Amino acid sequence: MPNRALFLKLLSAVILFGAWEIAGRVPVSFAFPTFLESMGALLAMTLDGSIFEAYAETLKPLAIGVAISAVLGIAIGLWVGLSNTFDWLFSPIFIVMQAAPLAALIPLLVLAYGIGLTSKVLVVCIMAMPVIVLNTSGAVRNTPESFKEMGRSFLASETAIILRIIIPAASPVIFAGLRLGISAGFIGAILSELKITPTGVGDIITYSRSIADYPSMYAAIFSIILLAVLFLNLLEKIEATLFKGNQRDYVSN
Amino acid sequence: MSQTRQTLTPAGAAGFESAVSARHISKNYGEVEALRDMSLEFPRGQLTSLLGPSGCGKTTLLKIIAGLLKPTSGDVEVNGKKVTGPGPDRAFVFQDFALLPWATVLRNVAFGLEMRGVATSEREARAEKYIKEVGLAGFENAYPHELSGGMRQRVGLARALAVDAEVLLMDEPFSAVDEQTRRKFQEDLLQLVQNENKTFIFVTHSIEEAVYVSDQIAILLPRPSRVSEIIRPSNFRSKGVDNIRRDPEYLDIVDEIWASLRTYVE
Repeated sequence: MPNRALFLKLLSAVILFGAWEIAGRVPVSFAFPTFLESMGALLAMTLDGSIFEAYAETLKPLAIGVAISAVLGIAIGLWVGLSNTFDWLFSPIFIVMQAAPLAALIPLLVLAYGIGLTSKVLVVCIMAMPVIVLNTSGAVRNTPESFKEMGRSFLASETAIILRIIIPAASPVIFAGLRLGISAGFIGAILSELKITPTGVGDIITYSRSIADYPSMYAAIFSIILLAVLFLNLLEKIEATLFKGNQRDYVSN
Repeated sequence: MSQTRQTLTPAGAAGFESAVSARHISKNYGEVEALRDMSLEFPRGQLTSLLGPSGCGKTTLLKIIAGLLKPTSGDVEVNGKKVTGPGPDRAFVFQDFALLPWATVLRNVAFGLEMRGVATSEREARAEKYIKEVGLAGFENAYPHELSGGMRQRVGLARALAVDAEVLLMDEPFSAVDEQTRRKFQEDLLQLVQNENKTFIFVTHSIEEAVYVSDQIAILLPRPSRVSEIIRPSNFRSKGVDNIRRDPEYLDIVDEIWASLRTYVE
């Protein structure tokens, strides 16, 4: 029953926004606007077009960084998963990247690459890539042995085993890594705009905060979360169409 | 009784032609000796069971015959040709079915043909024929998770039949299905051995199953693994599937095998 799923999603949104509205009315802090005030600010920004200008700026490092992280991350992940040598060579780098306190390292990046697009793309990549690489390599390494044996016994070539067995078998975990990595990439894009140079959505957040226009600040934060959620949903749809049998419906649904 | 019984007689002596011969196979995993100097002949067009307690190396031997594992020493010949890896003359049926969950029944059954480069229309026609033959007509577009365990193994069997290999290697194919389905499978298997001109090598740990379906039973004992005896039941095969289980020879053989295996079961 898709209606039931939709109903529960809407209910969840109503509870969340309701709680926000109440917390804003109490108020929890004078710097915390209500849900309706924030939506009003979002509407105003949409009508005067400033939100679109901001996204034109923010989406540049985000799209480039996410695309690089996805393509390169999956490729390196496959490589690392298939070969022990590359596992030993590359895995430590990505584990360190994942654990590194990025905000503290940003000055170093700015020193090396300046305050332009390169640094911002790098921040997105550092946020997004490790989880994509580590998930992909883990999934590849955990391909059931009997699938690979089946491939070999039915005369599949090495390439066919990778393309027809290992990648589809790993795809649910690869996609889980992509989802996590891309959400981290969104965080990275905003982080870079707050920490390097205030442009785009990061500029709205910084500027609104400095003039105490909190509804606009929260509207900007809300819009980036909304965009991330919509994008992740799209990714889920892509996965569902690509690997149909991997999706298991619950009988009780 | 007319059953013939020999211990490690070379091929020819019993009056049959071997499709597969395993000669002096040893397999070590580091320090552990899985198989030691094992020799066995598999007569053409018949079903040979490898029967033994767990850890006796029966699956290891089957995978060596399949070319999935390399023996430490010794070699396997299929139709006189030495095995160096998996080949078109052998097809494998897996204990856990090894079906690709993202592919439909049709694509799973056609997998072997696809890997052999058979054109789409032809391989789908052949896959459909074998899906019908194993009794799954109408399920061509179902996914494995929508099927019961017994039906999944029928897909695995259809996939192995579709590539039309001379030798069918079956690794405990019925151990993961329920008892009633297993009995039906065993009856179907007898039919299959009779109709298809193929050599079957069948690994099982069930004594009853081995005696029921086999033309030849090789009893493997562990530590170190060796063929302890070869039993060729002959008398009850022609009496029809319904009468085998109460045939005195069938019951005697089951008892004898248990008597020789019981000391190896903890």
